[in-house]
Formats: sequence, structure tokens, C-alpha cells
Amino acid sequence: MSDRPTTVKVTIDGQELEVRPGTLVIRAAEQLGTIVPRFCDHRLLAPLGACRQCLVEVVGQRKPLTACTTTVTDGMEVKTQVTSEVARAGQEGNLELLLINHPLDCPMCDKGGECPLQDQTLAHGPGETRFVETKRHYEKPIKISETVLLDRERCVLCARCTRFSSEIAGDPFIELFERGALEQVAIYEDEPYQSNYSGNVVQICPVGALTSPSYRFQARPFDLSSTDAVCNHCAAGCNLRIDARRGMVTRELARDNDEVNEAWNCDRGRYGFAYAQSPQRVLIPHLSEDGKLRTAAWSEALRRAADGIGAAKAKGVGVLVGGHLTDQDAYALQKLARVALGTNNVDARTWPEDTGGAAAAAQVAGRGPEDGMPTYRDLEAARAVVVVDLDPHEESPILWLRLRKAAVRRGVPVVAVGSRPGRLAEFATVVATRPGGQAEALQRLGRGEGDAGKLLSGEGDGDVIVLAGWRGGATGGLAAAAELASTLGGRFAWVPRRAGDRGALDVGARPDLLPGGRPVADAAVRSELGEAWGAELPEAPGLDGPAMVAAAAAGELGVLILAGVDLVRDHGPRELAEQALERAFVIAVDHEVNDTTSQADVLLPGVVHAETEGTFTDWEGRAQATHRAIPVGGAAQDIWDLADQLAVRLGVDLGLHGMDRITAETKLFRKRARAAAATEPHPPLGGPPTGRVAAGEPAGEPLSTAPEEQDDDGLDLVTYPLLLDGASMLARASDLNRETPGAFVELHPDDAAQLGLADGAAAEVDFGEDRTARLPVRVAPTVAPGCAFVPANQPDLALRALLGPAPALRVKVSAVEEAAA
Amino acid sequence: MTDQVKVLTSRWGDNRAHEIDHFGELDGYASLDAAFEKSPEDLVQLVKDAGLRGRGGAGFPTGMKWGFLAKGTGKPTYLVVNADESEPGTFKDMELLERDPHALVEGVIVSSYAIGCRNAFIYLRGECGWPGRRLQAAIDAAYDKGLLGRDIKGSGFDLDVVLHRGAGAYICGEETALLSSLEGQRGQPKLRPPFPAVEGLYRAPTTVNNVETVATVPWIIRKGVDWFRSMGSEKSPGPKLFSVSGDVVNPGNFEFPLGVPAREVILGAAGGLRDGKTLKAWTPGGSSTPMLTADHLDTPMDFEGITAAGSLLGTAAVMVFSEDVCMVRACLNFTEFYAHESCGKCTPCREGTDWMRKILGRLETGQGRPDDMDTLKDICDSIFGRSFCALGDGATSPVVSALKFFRDEFDEHVSGGGCPFPGARVTVAAH
Repeated sequence: MSDRPTTVKVTIDGQELEVRPGTLVIRAAEQLGTIVPRFCDHRLLAPLGACRQCLVEVVGQRKPLTACTTTVTDGMEVKTQVTSEVARAGQEGNLELLLINHPLDCPMCDKGGECPLQDQTLAHGPGETRFVETKRHYEKPIKISETVLLDRERCVLCARCTRFSSEIAGDPFIELFERGALEQVAIYEDEPYQSNYSGNVVQICPVGALTSPSYRFQARPFDLSSTDAVCNHCAAGCNLRIDARRGMVTRELARDNDEVNEAWNCDRGRYGFAYAQSPQRVLIPHLSEDGKLRTAAWSEALRRAADGIGAAKAKGVGVLVGGHLTDQDAYALQKLARVALGTNNVDARTWPEDTGGAAAAAQVAGRGPEDGMPTYRDLEAARAVVVVDLDPHEESPILWLRLRKAAVRRGVPVVAVGSRPGRLAEFATVVATRPGGQAEALQRLGRGEGDAGKLLSGEGDGDVIVLAGWRGGATGGLAAAAELASTLGGRFAWVPRRAGDRGALDVGARPDLLPGGRPVADAAVRSELGEAWGAELPEAPGLDGPAMVAAAAAGELGVLILAGVDLVRDHGPRELAEQALERAFVIAVDHEVNDTTSQADVLLPGVVHAETEGTFTDWEGRAQATHRAIPVGGAAQDIWDLADQLAVRLGVDLGLHGMDRITAETKLFRKRARAAAATEPHPPLGGPPTGRVAAGEPAGEPLSTAPEEQDDDGLDLVTYPLLLDGASMLARASDLNRETPGAFVELHPDDAAQLGLADGAAAEVDFGEDRTARLPVRVAPTVAPGCAFVPANQPDLALRALLGPAPALRVKVSAVEEAAA
Repeated sequence: MTDQVKVLTSRWGDNRAHEIDHFGELDGYASLDAAFEKSPEDLVQLVKDAGLRGRGGAGFPTGMKWGFLAKGTGKPTYLVVNADESEPGTFKDMELLERDPHALVEGVIVSSYAIGCRNAFIYLRGECGWPGRRLQAAIDAAYDKGLLGRDIKGSGFDLDVVLHRGAGAYICGEETALLSSLEGQRGQPKLRPPFPAVEGLYRAPTTVNNVETVATVPWIIRKGVDWFRSMGSEKSPGPKLFSVSGDVVNPGNFEFPLGVPAREVILGAAGGLRDGKTLKAWTPGGSSTPMLTADHLDTPMDFEGITAAGSLLGTAAVMVFSEDVCMVRACLNFTEFYAHESCGKCTPCREGTDWMRKILGRLETGQGRPDDMDTLKDICDSIFGRSFCALGDGATSPVVSALKFFRDEFDEHVSGGGCPFPGARVTVAAH
């Protein structure tokens, strides 16, 4: 290996350069700024050589070669269209052939203005066609999924879409059919093209053959203003480009960032933006009067909010931070709580977390790639990856793509531990556990037991990386995952579901942690931060999210500040949430009227994603800037700014008079936390959970443990939201809404057989306490035996509103006798 | 005067050669003992020394191809026999399989032994039902006699042979497309490298050899290098099957040493042109090889001779056209074949063949334009040497050579408002 040369010399159009061995000529030319025309070539797809557009002359070769399939060899001399008549003529001849059957509908084609075929035709194409025959005609367009339309007349058969689907996403149901001039992209008759990543095939289509219904005929590329942004649908951190026209978002595209999302994103992130125009959007402040909301001026609304806080503050205040807020919003809200309201009652979690889980999550707080946190790239070079309590295909789709790449292309062993690994099962070794059984399974892995254990204990380069989802927070899984990383000398990362979760953890939007992940319980830390903030920080441990709701419902908390939180939907059961809303003075900051905000005493309009300026921190701990793409709607305001203004009304100056101030403070605290880590007992990444987090119960027993074998005909309920669900951020994303599956109950084939339930049958699911639902049955081996999976937040069944955020219960599933028609 | 030889055709006159016992009486499977006495390396060297060149069209030296097979990969090595005979004008392999199927089985056994293959595949053109049944019966009989399976004839050598019928695509004669199809994938050519010798069938080292090539190997083993080289030329030694069709008195397969002058094949063995007509054009190696004319009749039919004349030996499928044949119509016929068989993967072949088909159809039906011939030439320039595989190159051969030798006929189609030959308008549909 070491004998291989590290570079080879190549001359392109007379310019010499050195490239890595194995570099394709087309990539080498790019390094010189020479773009050889291409259609089928894509830097992240395997070379194909189908479109033949990138012909170049290689000195000594009889025929012109395709630059996209030819690797550079030492001493090679290449002439592109810049200097070679052979290359130029070859490209022009090929272009003529590509155009003969291509429709001349550029004036009405969505791709017009950003179309490589159009651009090249303009630059090098023939002015007139010699093709006097009839062009190929197909029905146009045909719908190959709810999010993708196919116009076969425009297709140049580059196979980018089919290759993306087979190579990158592993969704096989789009293929090339027929042959010769009738070759065409098609889908199987009885298998729909369903993919969480279908929007990428539209984006990489080099012509207007694949279009999305949501953008179709909406705009011209040259009329759009583009803004760099970061997606806030999940914690994957995808870089986006938001294209807007006349103050409205017309489309969102994946923006290249090889460190994070490469060139891809998921359909939810791509198409989930239309909620900004929802009729439910709140654009001006509202106040409750006689049980109804009425509009109000900002000054009146803020005064009412401050007065309400003043009146009820004695009973305590709780600040609930939404999961889709920026790092700056979360920072300002926790500062509001601690400095202006004098409480540690601030949390972004909707779910309970035990002490071990909290400690494990706290290990990663304030740490990013520069502190040794594992990254997307690290996954590809890992010795093995363990994924715990996480279904990345649904919960962090771009992470799933990178894990698939690591496993399929790089041969990295992936072990999935949990009750529903979902499509991880396609390439991972699955250790199926019932809820609560993860900790024990992880300990067995740590001892090298079983096939999966052997995978982890084997020799090899790279680290073992353990990725744990939020769901193990209350069942011992999260703590055990961190411990496994420590046992194996590997690295640990927490992969939350929502885009704001990691940032909230980092900036201290938790009752137990201060910015930088430093413990509230430590008096020295409190005084250090208090000094920086010019305030005395509260010592009493705060309540976590579920505890605040319970306290408010019990009348033990006077004020609830809800920043982007739908209490009824996410903090159920509904009765509990409504009681909390009823009994506390509620200040809601949100972008929509929903079951929660309609019951607020003060409803303040907040910005939506495309109107936001700030950073989002992804699961790696990487903070990335998102920018304002459209003017702020109505009288809406930034949430961090509202926190600052509210504090002013309460007579406290938080000093957060601009983004720069907040960013300066968060950076400072991150730096201090890093410095403190050198002296304070700061656990190494992947180290065992320590007693560093002092809030709540003493470390040790998880809230729920491995279930006893039970003989009650029941199944353990597994529930979490799928990618496409009833989220308010998916409002008006009509294409996605049509692909949203609706509620169902998924059973392992063994359990289904025992219950006499077939795929597609109707079943009654009894959640206990007179709570039942009639749901269609899906039978799939992706759910662990002994478990029943019901998605958490489908439009037809808001399960959290029914059962609460993290129900640990046994359900009974039984067949429904179909009533005779 | 070059005499016909009887090597591959030696048993064709015997209508019981396909029966395994009778085949044995005709010295069938006699090469096995001789082969098993030698080491595989010696056999590869023997085939190299004999100078056997592939009979599937490209004429690549078979021994050298075997020598390229990657060693020590930890993967099996595969022999895949290309029996997807689809080149227009070519019918040698099918007749061989009908008349003497054990000759191929024998060749598969000794060739597999030589390259260390334990699982050989025969990819047969799907439409060829009768040769397929004959071949399957021969394979079954060989298993019954212990000539296939475990420990063949006590040699310790194991071999299984699978006959796979294709689904009727010309492109599957191209070796990478053939392998894809055999794996159950879409039959389209793949990038090389990796070459099949390194990563072929199921990503294991694979050699793909033509039926005639494989059936020739036992003869070399039995009769030796000197005997083999006594036929043909220094660079193109050995016997070769020539498929002659078209306007000749006596069409069929004829076996000659390579290098036989075309005159002796067309005017001699095949009996010359029917009804006293004169020769207008002929293909030396199937539709993918540029046509030649009566001026080329003294060309020696081996790889070098035909190449020097501006064409290719290909599969040695000689299609003979008399003065009655309209060359535009002939080109249209060929081009319709290529447009139909283009796999669609690459732009030049997919779009170019379809466009040429349309232009030739217009010319033939009187819709031609004066600049059509230039356009045809330009399209051929855009296809030749630019398409993904050799199918595209082959598609240009009839058109380029017809324009070279018979340009006047094309012009007449334009100036005369259609085909000057009788019967054209009723046989050609409008395009």
C-alpha cells in the first residue's frame, strides 16, 4: 500500500496538475476550472458513461474517451473541448442526438433557466435542427409518486434518478424499462415508488423530466432569491437552499455539504415549508378575553404577559422550550427563566428522562466535532457503529443514508439495538429488545456476547461509535449506551429527534444544566455564570418538562411560558394538558393557532423557519447558521427577542439586544465549559455516567426496567413519530400529507400469527383505561417480537394526546369482526 | 484452390452424432484423457501456442484471455460460453449445437479444466429452442455417463454445467451485458475495467468464450499445435466455420482454413450467385462488418486480410447481395435491426440508430432530401467510436460502407422520388 504513489501527474489542455491516483478525468479538469459537459455524471454516484456528453481526447488513444469514466494515469495528456477539435466535435455531435427527440418546451419547462441541456445547447448547440421526423411522444407528465412527476419526453436517460435510488437510498422501485429509443424511466405497476428521499431525484435530474408538484409552474429560477439555510425538521443538520419569490418560499433544495448531508436531504425537509402560509398562522398578538382570543397590539400583549407573570409568579413559573427553536432562542429562554424569573424550571424535553439518561445526554452537552464528538464522516471510518433506540430512517433520515453508505460501501458493521430498528435492518445486525430491555442487551454486547457482540469486540481500525436516540432516556437505554461506548473505548453521541433538542441541551435549556452542559448543582459554577450574567442564579433544582405540566395541572405552577410547544399534542394526556392550560397563566409564543395556543392567555406570534436567523446544532454538536429567506410574516418576532423584551417588562435587562450578543455569550460559555472540563470532573466522552448531574433522584434505577415475562396476552407498546406525521410544520405540504401513512399497528410476524391477524386486517388496540383505537394491521419483522408499534402523531390518531409523551404500557391487540354490510 | 476441411464439421454428416454413445464411437470425448494427463497450466500454454483466436467476432487470442484470469482471489473462476448467436447472417453455432452438441460439452469440460472452473454456464439465445433442447439432452447424457459432475473419469476434477436461455436481446452477446443478464440483471453493457477476467460473473474471475472457440479446443488437445497451425496463416491459424447466405445457389455453413479467399467461399463452396446474377456486395462477418464488393473477392478471409480490405472478419458470416438488391433497403433492414436491438443505455446508439432508421425509411419511400446522405454520415460519425459498446460501431458499418460504394443509389432515391428497385413501396412501411 505504502509503495503506491500518492499523486499522479496529468496534463489537461496544456496545464499540468497533480491529483490522487484513481481521480476521474472529469474531476481533475474541475480542479482546473474546466467543466466538461455532462449529464449522467454525478460526483456521488458511481461512474456510468451512458450519456457520452463528456467526450475528451486523450493523447495516444484511438477514440475519444468519456471523462467521467476514465481515471487519470501518470503522464496522461488530456485535451478537452477547450483545446481539442475531436472533443468539441464529439460533444456537439452528441448534443445533436440528445436534442432530436427533446421537446422544445423550454418556455414552459420548470427547468428552463437552470437546465444543463439548455445551457449547453445555447453555448454549443446547433442553431437549427436537421431532424425533420416526428419526435417521440409519451403521455406527460405521469405521476410516479405524490412528490414526483415524470415527463418522459424530456428525459435524457442519464439514470441519475435510478442510480440514486439504488446506490444511495436503497429504494428500488424506480427503474429503466424497455430498450433502444423506447427506453424510459418507470415504476413497477404494483409497487409504488415510495421513498423518504424522492425529492433528491428531482434535484439531480439534469433536465426537466422529473419535477415536483409543489414547485411545478410556480417560478422561474432567475426570479428566485436564494438563501442558505439549515433544516429544522430533525437533528440531522441538513444544509438547505431556500428559494423564495415575492416573499414566499417556492421551494427548498439540499445544499452541498460533504461533512453533513453530502448533497441530499429528505422529503420532509424539502417539502415541509408551506405551513408559513397556513390559515392557522398567527401574525399578530392575541389576548384571551371572555374565553376567546382577540387581537392586540404588541405593547398591550407584553404588558398583559408581564402583569400575568407578576400576579402568579409566587406559585412558580415554568418555561417550556420547543423542539424546533434555534440555539439562540433556547439560550434566551433559559436566561429569561434563570435571570428574570429566578427559576431552573426550563426544559425542552417532552419526555421523562431518568438520572442515568440525563447524565448520558449531559456528557455531550456543549461538545462538538472539535471536542472529539463523532461525526458523519467518522461513521464511514468506524470499526463498528451501534445504534440504540433509534429508527434513523424515520427519525434522522440523512443519518440513515450515511449509515447505509458506511455499511454497504465501506463494510462498517452496524448493530441496531431496540424495539423497532425499522429499515436499519436492511444492513444492520439487529438485537431486538422489548422496551426496557435495551440496557441488558447493551451490557451483553459490552461483554462480547452473541454475533453482534463479536462484531464489536473484533480487532480493526477506527473506533466503535455508539449512537443513542432520545427514546432510551427513561428506560435505561441511553445510560447503557454511553456505558457501552466507555466499555469498548469508543465514542458516544446522543441523537435527538428534533432540530432544537441538541442546541437546547448545549445552552442549558434544561432544569439540571447551565450553558455548556455545566451542572446547576455546582455552587462554583452557579456563581461563575451568575457573575457573567450579573445575577444570582437559583439553586433549587428545576422541574423537567413532564413535571412542569403535572405541576401546572395540579395548580402548583402559576405561569407557563410555552415557546413553540403544543402542550395538548405533545405533553398529553389531553386532560392533563388542558388542566394545566386552564389552571396556569399561559403565555404562548407560536406561529399557529392550535388546541394549545387557542387556550393561552397571551398568544404572541413567532417567526417560522424561513424567517429565522440563527444556528441549529445537529446531533454531532455542529452548530450551523440558518438565514432569513423571506420577510417576517405580519407582526411576528424572533423568539429570542421576545424573551429579551419580556424580561425588560419584568424590569430585568438580559442584555440580549441582538444575535451577535447571544452568539458571543454562547461561544463564551462553550469556551469556559471546555476550559472547566480540564479541571472539573468532566467525564470523558463515552465515559460512564457520573453523578455530575445532581437534579432529580439519585443515579441508579432507571424509571422503567426490563419487563418481566408477562402472561397477560398483551404486547409492549412502542411508539414514536414517523417522518411523515401530523406535525404542524407539515401543514399545507399537501403532497407529503397524501403520503402520510395514517395510524396503524405493526406486529412481528410471530405475534401476528398468534393473534390470527394478517397484514391489512383490522384490529382493535386496547391501551387500557377505556382507551381504544381501531387500526389497520401491518405485519413486519422490523418490530421486535412481543411489541406492538403504533406511530405517535398521525393525523387520524394523536397518540400522545391520548396516552402522554412516553407511555410505557401493555396493549392488547385483537381482531375486529367485520360487520356485515 | 483451398479445400474445405472437416474438423468442427467432421461429424455433421452423421445424423446420430448427438447421441452420446455414438458420439463416443466417433472419437468424442477422446480429448478428456489427454487433457487430464496435462496440468491446467500446460493446457493454457497449448492453446496459446496453437494461436487459437476467439471465433465470436473480435478474434482475441483465447489462450491469452485465459491467462488474464485473476488468480488467488478466493473466489471461483467461471467459464461462460457465449451461445447467444444473434449477429444477422450468422448461424454457425446453432448448426453446431443441433448436429454435434457433445462437441461443445467436450470443449466445456477441457476448457474448464484448463482454467480451473468448477461451474460453467452456457448462455444460449432464447429463441433457439431446438439447439437448446439438443444441448440440454447432451448435458444430461454427459452427467449420466459421469462426464460431468463429481470426479470426472477418475481425474478428481468436478464440473457442473448450467444451460441458461436468454430472453432475446442482441446486446446480450456483448460479454458484460451477457453476464449482467445471466445474473438476472438488466442486459446492458457495463464499464470495463473491471474486466470479466478480474470481476465478471458474480464479481468473480470469468472468461467468456464463443461456442465455436470452445468446441475447437478439444481438437487442439487431441491433434496438437502443429496440426492446428497447418491450417490458416501465422496470425490466424486453424479451421473456421463460414456461414454463407443471401443470393447464392448453395447457402449454408462451410469449414475452411482461415485465410481462404472470399472467392472460393462465395463462388466456390456456395455455388456462386443464383440465376446468373452478378455480385453487388457482401459482408465478410455479419451485418456489423462493413460491406465489400466484387472487387474484394480475392481477399484472404482471416482477421488480417479482411481488416486490410477495410472491413472485419467478425463471425465470418458472409451475406451475399446480387445486383437486384437495393442498398438503401438493405441498410434500412439492417438499421431497423440495430434500432430495435439498441439497449438504450448510451445516447449515440439509442438516438442515432433510431434517427438513421427514420431517414432511411424516408429515402426508401420517396421522402428523401438531398442532404440526408450527409446527415447519415454525420450520425455515423457521432456513433462510431463514441457509443458505450461495439453495438453502436456495428450499426454504422452497413450505412458507411453502402454510402462509400453505392452513393449513387442513395442519390437516385432522392432524385427519382423513391426506390428504383421493384417491390420497394409494398415492402417498406412509412416511417
